[in-house]
Amino acid sequence: MKIHELTAAYTRGETTPSRVTNEYLERIAKLDDKVGAYITVTAEQARSAARAADDRYRVGRPLGPLDGAPITLKDVFCTKGVRTTCASKILESFVPPYDATVTERLAKAGAILLGKANMDEFAMGSSTEHSALRVTRNPWDLTRVPGGSSGGPAAAVAAGLAAGGLGTDTGGSIRQPAAFCGVVGLKPTYGRVSRYGLVAFASSLDHPGPFGGDVLDTALLLGAIAGHDPNDATSIDAPVPNYAAELDRDVRGLRLGVPDEYFIDGMDPEVERTVRAAIDVLKAQGATLERISLPATPHALATYYVIAPAEASSNLARYDGVKYGLRVPGHDLIDMESRTRAAGFGAEVRRRIMLGTYVLSAGYYDAYYGQAQKVRTLVRREFDAAFSRVDLIVAPTTPNVPFKHGEKADPIAMYLNDVFTIPADMAGVPAISVPCGFTASGLPIGLQLIGRALDEATVLRAARAYERATSWHTRRPELAA
Amino acid sequence: MTARYDVVIGLEVHAQLTTRTKMFCGCPTTFGAPPNTQTCPVCQGMPGTLPVVNRRAIEYGVRTALAFNCRVNAACRFARKHYYYPDMPKNFQISQYEEPLAEEGRLDIDLADGASRTIGIQRLHLEEDVGKLVHEGTLETAQSSLVDFNRAGVPLMETVSKPEIRSPEEAAAYLRAFRAVLVYLGVCDGNMEEGSLRCDANISLKPAGAAELGTKVEIKNMNSFRNVQRALEFEVTRQTEALDRGQRIVQETRLWDADRGYTRSMRSKEFAHDYRYFPEPDLVPLELDAAWIEEIRRALPELPRARRQRFVAAYGLPAYDAALLTQSRALAEYYEAAVRDFPQPKLVSNWIMSELLRALPGDDERAIEHAKLTPARLAGLLRLIEDGTISGKIAKTVFETMLATGEEASAIVRREGLTQVADADALARMVASAIAANPRAVDDYRKGKTVASKAVVGHVMKASGGRANPAMVSKLVEEQLEKLTKR
Repeated sequence: MKIHELTAAYTRGETTPSRVTNEYLERIAKLDDKVGAYITVTAEQARSAARAADDRYRVGRPLGPLDGAPITLKDVFCTKGVRTTCASKILESFVPPYDATVTERLAKAGAILLGKANMDEFAMGSSTEHSALRVTRNPWDLTRVPGGSSGGPAAAVAAGLAAGGLGTDTGGSIRQPAAFCGVVGLKPTYGRVSRYGLVAFASSLDHPGPFGGDVLDTALLLGAIAGHDPNDATSIDAPVPNYAAELDRDVRGLRLGVPDEYFIDGMDPEVERTVRAAIDVLKAQGATLERISLPATPHALATYYVIAPAEASSNLARYDGVKYGLRVPGHDLIDMESRTRAAGFGAEVRRRIMLGTYVLSAGYYDAYYGQAQKVRTLVRREFDAAFSRVDLIVAPTTPNVPFKHGEKADPIAMYLNDVFTIPADMAGVPAISVPCGFTASGLPIGLQLIGRALDEATVLRAARAYERATSWHTRRPELAA
Repeated sequence: MTARYDVVIGLEVHAQLTTRTKMFCGCPTTFGAPPNTQTCPVCQGMPGTLPVVNRRAIEYGVRTALAFNCRVNAACRFARKHYYYPDMPKNFQISQYEEPLAEEGRLDIDLADGASRTIGIQRLHLEEDVGKLVHEGTLETAQSSLVDFNRAGVPLMETVSKPEIRSPEEAAAYLRAFRAVLVYLGVCDGNMEEGSLRCDANISLKPAGAAELGTKVEIKNMNSFRNVQRALEFEVTRQTEALDRGQRIVQETRLWDADRGYTRSMRSKEFAHDYRYFPEPDLVPLELDAAWIEEIRRALPELPRARRQRFVAAYGLPAYDAALLTQSRALAEYYEAAVRDFPQPKLVSNWIMSELLRALPGDDERAIEHAKLTPARLAGLLRLIEDGTISGKIAKTVFETMLATGEEASAIVRREGLTQVADADALARMVASAIAANPRAVDDYRKGKTVASKAVVGHVMKASGGRANPAMVSKLVEEQLEKLTKR
């Protein structure tokens, strides 16, 4: 069920938030052993929040379109009193004393938190295989990965273990799992949604954003979490439009750019064919197509692997066993800190900390970090130039389909998965992935729409137009208990 | 000894700003609160927290920069400085690196011999303070350490001088002048013991007249003006002796041990930190509005040096008085208010220096500002002396009462009946009875010991409780003794 269908049913009195919440909790109990979407299930809090929502619907005063919506949060968002692990050993027992801004905003909108969803450790990865706590499986094929790093919430929404959710996208971490799991995932403009209470991976690239069963749900979730936050100095102070209200306008005359660099040798031919067909659907709706070029695209990936690890090495320095989380005793302070970090971080996190430490070192800073910032500016300028000619850029979300667990053991092979998603993170512009078909073997494929900064409305509107003309978003995987 | 070498010193001063809240969160900055009571997720470096710049701290930084004639940069930004230490919650400090708040300023200092010099200021930037470690026992023997994050995140302003200070004495003078400016500006309480003002020094020696600088040594842990001077004097001697022996100076950080009176090596350059600075991604670059900077400039108070010079010129005070009276803004203002009400500058100065400063520390802005004995009341007291209502001696006891109660001098004098006795008949009677009670004094006087009259005067003064007009008493005693001894 979609969130907008559930809340409509609550309003009509056909069901209640409590009944629906219990159904979701039962389904989690029955199916999550298979999927592995959750790290922590917050059944008691969910039931109590649902009862409060029941009362509001009973007196005809729901808080809004998310009241009673059962959702999940990637375990990277702080939840007061509920452990927030980042799928790591080092924060396995960390219970934040405060709520992230998005946690608070969703609660105020009446959304019901079912639990905290799995992810790659500290959001570093593209398959959720780097979770130190749990394996998450793709609901469409349990031998395959759900994508990552926000694999947990994507799998939960796909498997019907949550009606919606929030993830974070630093280098494709919302859109790629959305494509892999056949759900909608939106990475908003950098600064559109507050990062306060989101455990940082790479501060200048971390984007919190929603997962939905369809574009309308995604728009409703974005509406609840977007907007200026005085606790985040990088959050943008601009009015938040009513995204849902704008959604059903048609796309006639909308100019779509199709970038050469997003259709490359080595990509899965089924993905290319399916995405091109999806673009033709938008053309049939009245949008115009234009071939464009974004030559910095391949460099964005390399640049990302300088900037993101650099910031990560700094952000993760605080985990030293002194204040919270894991502490492994040692014979002195440095020994204690070293043992704690060695035991508390997984191989991928350690790799990126070392990489980041190296590129920030005296003598290497200019060659790596300084140079990477220049390339980042170039990527941003290319998008600016493109958006002077087109309203949206349309492309595949990923070059390939969900792979099998263990298939991409080589880090570089894993990193290449994000080649089409990383540029929008580097530029900070909004981008969405919507389901646009399936391979012959039944694996989902995602269409990516990238828009101008702060123009989520157009991104959502075009995605919705595509969705209305197709039925991919109504398909759900068969999962037997 | 040092004639063979030129001493080159640069000072880095860290000043805690007196903002109500911390640099990047809303926690209070109060000193001395129970451990970890002035903290929040942000200043504890909790996962997910973000910094937000305290506008008041920026204002204080700009105010100080303008007072030192610095160029305030229209755009500046914060950077992360990384090193692992348990008192630093994030294991990086938010500081400023390539784009500081202000650069290229100067501070004029005055030396004991009356000469003055201008010391260049290289840069001024803002950062956050770290917490405090509490060791059980000494650092070497402690089995465990505790961390107090109350201080973590308190705004710190770092000001780096150019290497233009030429002696330990100049270093102390620089620090005194620096502190006075900050206290005048109201941006720092200047308390070195509590650590509100901390100083590190870089010192090197080079052969006299040489152009090239010698190897520098950084000295830390000097927590008073005196210790800064002592530590640098020790270092000059140590380095001179080393150079004389033909040894090379090792670039290193040394700690001053005030109890033992020497510096010892803390870490050498081989173990120097690589701070891995990079621009703080959680904060946007700061753009300072030119109009706002102008507004701050217009509101700058008169600075200590200018005020001291004006006190000499306008009030005719000796340089010594002017220096003492301008040691804090509150004291200088106290003085000027008192002079307005009682326009005898030197007399007012004498009373403040000898009486007020005995009871109140002149460099303590708050103590002076909140003194119960206001400048107007002090002027009132001086008027009572001037018009002969009370003697100078009585005035001192009245002063003590005023300090404690804050009352008007006249009210105290009235209540305690301290008005000077200047009635000639009454005084004549008192003198007569004093002479009657001191037959020896009369004998002595007759024998030519004229000092005997002093004993009689003393007796009268004592009997009157100090209220008798001393000049009149002296005159009457002389007259009566003359009369008695002449027959």
